[in-house]
Amino acid sequence: MDMLRVVNLGVRVDSKKILEHVNLYLQKGQTYALFGPNGSGKSSLLMTIIGNPAFKVFDGRIMFKGKDVTNLPTDERVKMGMAMSFQNPPRVSGVKLIDVLRYCAKIGGYSERDILEFAEMLKMKDFLYRNVNVGFSGGEVKRSELLQLMLMNPDFVMLDEPDSGVDLDNVALIGDVINKLLERDKDEDERKRSGLIITHQGHILEYVDADYGVILYKGRIACIGNPYDILEQISKNGYEGCLKRCLREFRNLENQNSIQK
Amino acid sequence: MPKRVSKSRKPKLDSEVKEKLKSVGIEMTPETRSATFLLIDQDVKTISSFYKGVEILSIKDALEKYEWLQDYFWRAVSKDQDEYTREVEADYNGYFIRALPNAKIEFPVEACLYLRSPKKQKVHNLIIAEENSELNVISGCTSHPGVAGMHLGITEYYVKKNAKLTFTMIHSWEHKIEVRPRSAAVIEDNGIFISNYILMNPVKLVQMYPTAYLEGRNAKAVFSSIIVALENSIVDSGSRAVLKGENSSAEILSRTISKGGIVYAKGHIIGEAPNTKGHLECRGLMLSEKGVIHAIPELEAKYPNVDLSHEAAIGKIAEEEIFYLMSRGLSRDEATAAIIRGFMDVDIKGLPEYLKKEIDKAIEMVEKELF
Repeated sequence: MDMLRVVNLGVRVDSKKILEHVNLYLQKGQTYALFGPNGSGKSSLLMTIIGNPAFKVFDGRIMFKGKDVTNLPTDERVKMGMAMSFQNPPRVSGVKLIDVLRYCAKIGGYSERDILEFAEMLKMKDFLYRNVNVGFSGGEVKRSELLQLMLMNPDFVMLDEPDSGVDLDNVALIGDVINKLLERDKDEDERKRSGLIITHQGHILEYVDADYGVILYKGRIACIGNPYDILEQISKNGYEGCLKRCLREFRNLENQNSIQK
Repeated sequence: MPKRVSKSRKPKLDSEVKEKLKSVGIEMTPETRSATFLLIDQDVKTISSFYKGVEILSIKDALEKYEWLQDYFWRAVSKDQDEYTREVEADYNGYFIRALPNAKIEFPVEACLYLRSPKKQKVHNLIIAEENSELNVISGCTSHPGVAGMHLGITEYYVKKNAKLTFTMIHSWEHKIEVRPRSAAVIEDNGIFISNYILMNPVKLVQMYPTAYLEGRNAKAVFSSIIVALENSIVDSGSRAVLKGENSSAEILSRTISKGGIVYAKGHIIGEAPNTKGHLECRGLMLSEKGVIHAIPELEAKYPNVDLSHEAAIGKIAEEEIFYLMSRGLSRDEATAAIIRGFMDVDIKGLPEYLKKEIDKAIEMVEKELF
């Protein structure tokens, strides 16, 4: 069943085109790892899917659970079950983490007690009454983001570099939480949630197993395959090398659906 | 806390007046107040104290009762400061509030100045926190719906050795009212003066520059103000601290929002003694294409060993922050409201829970004005 279908998406910021002809199809229960060099448009793709108004869609559309959401405001997409963790979320002074968590819990149908329980799990209890992201370390930001996502109880989870800046002690914790969030701890046929994870270096894949890997290159999806093969190729031959090999193998396969089957 | 000494009857007031009083934090309930005072135009309507240790009188009665008050009357504020002080000197009423030595009064004293008829209200108030005392005063100033007029208010504060006075003033006027408070505080050794100001609009004009004279060693003053200026309002408001005592310090924080109104957000810290320290922080938020926020922070050093600093910033709400909150399920309006509420949430240190609640209530009301 469809979770997300990105069809021929073209996106610009101000007058600059940053994504073109992007096609991506995620089924229920599937998790994708999204690779790509800096500036290839990974974060922009996630921002567009969740509906950041700075990212203007000039071509194509975004279908979520069978509905065209291209023109829906972010909060409505979120209420339909989308969620995203930010790589560098803004500091919102005066707005406390607990306030934000309460909104998240409202979306996810969780109680005040659940908030505390999840906060405990993510070691964020001491931050509840702090202004959100103000003075948080890199790792604290990531934990705070995941805490918010957990409480939103989403069907489709996008994670923008969930492991960057996280110290070794906490990577396993982050991995655990992501596995829960994406139901990777359940059997394959029981998984209902889908995920799209941006990972620059792929550390998180040591903890979270993704079904597919995609490379976004110069604003287009350039390659789809086994995420661990892709990661290996990238680390051996760089993106260019990986893409060359990828194109050789999948030369005749234009349609990514047939790759998945 | 000292024991309650009396229960007073609530004054009979019509509902319109009561509503307005509520909007500036005036409840008239002995359960949550240590004393209460209501002045309508020039007449004292209510005056009672519920706690030993808090004295409350009309200023006229007080001047009659205590000859020594002459030493305080017109000492912090000069009679000849301007035409408005001179006008008040000629004809006035007001309150005298005093915390007796060592009295720690947690429940606030409430004092309300209500402008009912279309003329000038001229007020002279005096507050004394005696040695080792702690006193909280909520002053709500408001006017009858539709009334045009002028409010002139002199307030002199005296904070004695080791005493702490928290004065919270909530203003809610009408668009034809002109307001010119003239106030000053004198703070002795280890004394703390905390002044909070919240302005709810509309108002024709507010013009004031309350000053704290930190005369004692280790004296401390904190001014916080939250000002919202709607269209056709002019708010010229600043706080000044004169650091005269060794080790004295001051902090001035202001949050100004213009939704079409004109705001002059001023601040002035003068360091004239060794080891004095002052910080000024002005932040402004523009919510409309009309309106002006003019931040004027001033620092003045008259002694080598002083540490004075300021920061000022004016901007609009960051689109990035709105989007972030929307990604957590808040609508655009909810996100904007949360950010504005956050902007106004000045973290005032040492504020009793009671007062914090009053300020939160007032902020909620300001928010209603903005949406």
